[in-house]
Amino acid sequence: MTTLIEARGLAKSFDTRAVLSDVAIAVAQGEIVTLIGPNGAGKTVLLRILLGLEAADAGTVERKPGLTIGYMPQKIEIDANLPLSVARFVGLAGSYTKPQIAEMLAETGIAARLEAPIQALSGGEFQRALLARALLRQPQLLVLDEPAQGVDVTGQEALYDLLARVVARHGCGVLLVSHDLHLVMARADRVVCLNGHVCCTGKPAALGNDPAFAALFGARGAASVAVYRHNHDHEHAVCADPAHDHRHG
Amino acid sequence: MQCAQIRHTTTAMDDFVWRALAAGLGLAAIAGPLGSFVLWRRMAFFGDALAHSALLGVALGFLLHVDVNLGMVAMCVAFALALTGLLARSRLAPDTLLSISAFTALSAGLVVLSFLDTVRVDLIGYLFGDLLAVSTSDLVWIWGGALVALGGLAALWRPLLATTVHADLAAVEGTRVGHVRLCFVLLLALVVAVAAKIVGALLVTALLIVPAAAARRFARSPEQMAIGAAAIGALSVTGGLVASLLLDTPSGPSIVLTASLLFALSLL
Repeated sequence: MTTLIEARGLAKSFDTRAVLSDVAIAVAQGEIVTLIGPNGAGKTVLLRILLGLEAADAGTVERKPGLTIGYMPQKIEIDANLPLSVARFVGLAGSYTKPQIAEMLAETGIAARLEAPIQALSGGEFQRALLARALLRQPQLLVLDEPAQGVDVTGQEALYDLLARVVARHGCGVLLVSHDLHLVMARADRVVCLNGHVCCTGKPAALGNDPAFAALFGARGAASVAVYRHNHDHEHAVCADPAHDHRHG
Repeated sequence: MQCAQIRHTTTAMDDFVWRALAAGLGLAAIAGPLGSFVLWRRMAFFGDALAHSALLGVALGFLLHVDVNLGMVAMCVAFALALTGLLARSRLAPDTLLSISAFTALSAGLVVLSFLDTVRVDLIGYLFGDLLAVSTSDLVWIWGGALVALGGLAALWRPLLATTVHADLAAVEGTRVGHVRLCFVLLLALVVAVAAKIVGALLVTALLIVPAAAARRFARSPEQMAIGAAAIGALSVTGGLVASLLLDTPSGPSIVLTASLLFALSLL
């Protein structure tokens, strides 16, 4: 598998507060990597560094040459004074024809909203518009920051189903940040737990047993992961690292 | 205005009225599209702070014996760059910083002007505008500035729109967001400096904001809003100018009041 993006030894602090230290992460072609961690764990900062929106204090980010990235930021607000149709919003991704845009909106399930003002979309529809804009670029890597934010519970499941379908169809690598442990973990190839540093990483099924994971997300978090372990007949401790202190305040 | 009134009653009014109209229309043509972006980017306070620095440009122009129009443009551009730098670094809320800067610049302008006891400066004209006093060389400045700014805005349109909608998304898609923002701020500084001459430092922002806000109701795309704002601006300039001549009211405030009236009508 080709590595699309790989970061090593990333460090970042704001003033004196270290937000990231010695973080390594990589995403390969066709792989779904989910980044989880409590609030303030540095997930968004890490994404911003990987996307080139922010500079790290130390460390390296290597991208496959010519890598195209589709980015779906957290729920965004668009000024009510800006008259912008959904088609125009999606088309801002680059130079695309109306049929290309319409086709992509059909794929993400909001073809009927093509001419609607972007501000009139519901939370779920807006996320689908963002996904359409990201996919229009034919990305090799999709970076999704809390894609289900602002989406109601029934919509979340549908959105993740859609994500799984388009990722399979387009064959792109995915880096996903999420809070929704139980929805996300089942579909990830690899999960990276972040809390300023990489606490643990591995297949979702294995993480439920990891003491570091339990320390971060509590027994309920670990249990919600365990639901998805039923079809695995073996487990491996991914980051049983006795030397590492995993108590987080 | 007093001077206008004298000319009004004693000479053929053609020349200065046509000059005033030509200047106002040139300004409306650029203020509409640029003002739409000011509205979308929520930069009304920023534009207002720039306008407050225009008077300091006038004062420094007199002090250093350079053209007053040039002094205003140079001052507004320098102030815009300084403000942009400050906003990026400061921990103050942007509106706090902008307020402090605006009043500092305005007061500095007034103080510097007070040192110039050899020159008589039409302070009211610079603060509230005097469209009827526009000279032929002012007209060249205004149309030159408007055409440069229109060309710049047209060239910048697409990346600026993408940056305005969501800067991070635009940056990931390859837009050079920093460059785009800088170019926009420079265009804004140029237009504010040129407009300050006509509607006055204290009323410039109104010409940017009010026609754009009035055009919002009728627009279904960014381009429609920009063109609509220019049209409403042109209507405001014409209406305000006519009112100013008929009722002998100050031209700048008359134009702004006409625009406000059109805005109120757009809400019906």
